[in-house]
Amino acid sequence: MTSFEPIAAIQRLRRSRATRAKTALKKAPFSAWFGIVVIVGYVFVAVLAHWIAPYGETQVFSEAFAPWSQEFKLGTDQLGRDMLTRLIYGARNTIAIAVATTLLSFAVGVSLGLLAALHRGWLDQILSRAVDVLMSIPSLIFALVLLSIFGSSITSLIVIIALLDSTRVFRLSRAVGLNVAVMEYVEVARLRGEGARWIIAKEILPNVMPPLVAEFGLRFCFVFLTIAALSFLGVGIQPPTADWGSMVRENATLITYGDVTPLLPAGAIALLTVSVNFVVDWFLHATSGLRDEK
Amino acid sequence: MNPVARTVLERLGLGLITLFIVSIIIFSAIAMLPGDFAKATLGQSATSETVAAFQREIGIDRPPVERYFVWVAQMLHGDFGSSFASRTGYRRSVAEIIAPRLYNTMFLAAVTALVAVPLALGLGILAALYRNGWFDRLVNAVTLTTISFPEFFVAYMLAYLVISRDTFIGSDFAQSLPHWLAASLGWALNAVPKFPTLSNVNEQTPFWDHVWKVALPAITLTLVIVAHMMRMTRAAIINMLASPYIDMARLKGMSPMVIVLRHALPNAWAPIVTVVAFNLAYLIVGVVVVEVVFVYPGIGQLMVDAVKSRDVPVVQACALIFAATYILLNLIADIISIATNPRLLHPR
Repeated sequence: MTSFEPIAAIQRLRRSRATRAKTALKKAPFSAWFGIVVIVGYVFVAVLAHWIAPYGETQVFSEAFAPWSQEFKLGTDQLGRDMLTRLIYGARNTIAIAVATTLLSFAVGVSLGLLAALHRGWLDQILSRAVDVLMSIPSLIFALVLLSIFGSSITSLIVIIALLDSTRVFRLSRAVGLNVAVMEYVEVARLRGEGARWIIAKEILPNVMPPLVAEFGLRFCFVFLTIAALSFLGVGIQPPTADWGSMVRENATLITYGDVTPLLPAGAIALLTVSVNFVVDWFLHATSGLRDEK
Repeated sequence: MNPVARTVLERLGLGLITLFIVSIIIFSAIAMLPGDFAKATLGQSATSETVAAFQREIGIDRPPVERYFVWVAQMLHGDFGSSFASRTGYRRSVAEIIAPRLYNTMFLAAVTALVAVPLALGLGILAALYRNGWFDRLVNAVTLTTISFPEFFVAYMLAYLVISRDTFIGSDFAQSLPHWLAASLGWALNAVPKFPTLSNVNEQTPFWDHVWKVALPAITLTLVIVAHMMRMTRAAIINMLASPYIDMARLKGMSPMVIVLRHALPNAWAPIVTVVAFNLAYLIVGVVVVEVVFVYPGIGQLMVDAVKSRDVPVVQACALIFAATYILLNLIADIISIATNPRLLHPR
C-alpha cells in the first residue's frame, strides 16, 4: 500500500484511505464478507459478554448436565453452570488471551527480525541459529515441556506460546526486512545518522506492513488453535475461567448420549479460524495483486 | 567425493548437531525447576532428609554438565531414569512406562500414514488432472475446511456421527423432522460402520482388533493431514504442467494421465516428499490431542498426564522422543529431495 506512494503531481487525484478501503470492500468476495461479519460478531459478543450473558460466569445451579430448556438455552455443564453464559464468557477469555499472545509474539518477532535484517553480521547469525533450533522442536511439545516446569497460569501460557510463536514471525519479518534494508532510502537514513530504532519504525516497518498484517491473521489462528488444544488437554487455561477448549473436554461425556452441546464450543473455535482464514486470503490477494494459479 | 553423498553427510551432521542442542534444552528443563519443587512433590510433611534424598535421587546436587553426560549416556543404554511417581522400594522406570505406549503411538501413526499418504497423492493427482472441474473444487473446499478445524473438533464430530447411528431415531431432533426425512437420515446413518469410540487396547489385543480400535483416531488424523499433502501435490504437479517439455509431450499426442504420471510426477517428487515428511512430523503433534480424545494409551496421552502431575523425567523422555522423530523425518525429507533432484545440489 504505502510502497506505491504517488508522486506529488498526481497527489490530488489520490483517493483518501477511507474511500480506497470502501472500494476494496465492495469488490470483496462472499467468503471475505462472511469472514468479516463473523469476526465482528465475535468481537461484539466478546466485548459485551458481561451484558449479554444471562447469568454470571461461575454461577452454579442445582442441576448438572441439564438439557436445553427455556431457563438454560443450551443446558448446563458438568457443575451446573449455564452453557450459553460460559460460551459467551469463553469468547471474551479465549479471544483476549489469543490476541494478547499474538501481539506479544509480534512485538518480539518483528523487532528482532527487523533488527537482524538491518544489522546482519553476528547478531543475525546468533538469532537465526537460535530460531532454527527452537523450530526443530514441535511447538506443542515444547509448550508442554515448558508448562510442566512453570505451571499453567495464564501469564506463563501467554509468554510461553508467544515466545515459541515469535520464531516464525522472526523468520518472516527478517526475510521481508532484508529486501527493504538494502534500499537507498534506508542507506540515506543511516548516513543521516538515524538510530536503528528510528530506521526500523519509520523506514522499514511501513514498507513491510501488508505481509505482516496477513501473517498476523494466520498467526492468530495458529495461536488460537494451540491455546484451545492446550486447554482441551487440561494444561492451558485453568478452571473456573470459562474457555472453549476446556469446555469441550469437561462436557465430552455428553457426546456418548448423542448430545451436540459439547460440539458447540469446538464449533465456535472452528468458525472463527475459518473466518479469519477467509479474510486473510482476501487481504493477501488484494494487497499483493497475486493470483495463485487456478 | 560424490557431491550427492557429501551433501547428504552434511545434512546428517547438521541433524546430529540439532539433536544435540535440543537434548541440552530438554535436559536443562529439570535444572530450571523452582527450588521448592522437591517439597511440592513430596508433600508438606516431608522432612529435610527426605527432600535431600529426593534431590540426590534426581541428581540435582551434582554439577549440571556432569549430570547431562550421565543422562545422555544412560539414555543411549535405554535407561530414561525413573519417574517421580516411584517411591522407595518401588522404582518405576521411565523406559518401562514408555515402551508399550511408544509401540501404540507408532502403530497409530503407521496406520494413519499408510492410509493418508496414498490417499493424498491420489487425490492431488486427480485434482491436478481435472483442475477447475467440479471434482477439484469439491476436494479443495473439503480440504480447506478440515485444515482450519481443531483436531478435537474433527475427532468429536466423527465420534458423534458414530454414536448418532444408534441415538438419532429416538432423539427430539429426529421427531421434529418430517417422517420421511428422519427415516432416510436414519438409514444413511446406519451405513456408518460401528467404530469403537474408545480405543482401549493393551498388549493382548490381537493385531486386527487393534487396527479396528484405532480406526476413528486414524481417520481423524488422516482428515487433518491429507488436506495439506493433497494441496501441495496438486500445486507441485500444476507447476510442472506449465513447463515447455510438458507442452512437447502434449503436442506428441500423449494422454493427460500419461503426461501427469510419467512426465510431471517424477520432477515433482521433491516438494511432495518434503510436504509428506512435514505432515508425518505434524502427526506427532496431532497424535497428542487425538489420543486424549479417544483415550488411546499412547505416548501423547502419557506426556499430557505427566505434564499435569509435573513428572519431569517422563515429560523429558517423551519430548526427546517426539523431537528426535521430528528432526529425523525432516532430515529424511531433505535427503530424499536431494537424491531425487540433483538441481538442489547447486543452491544459488
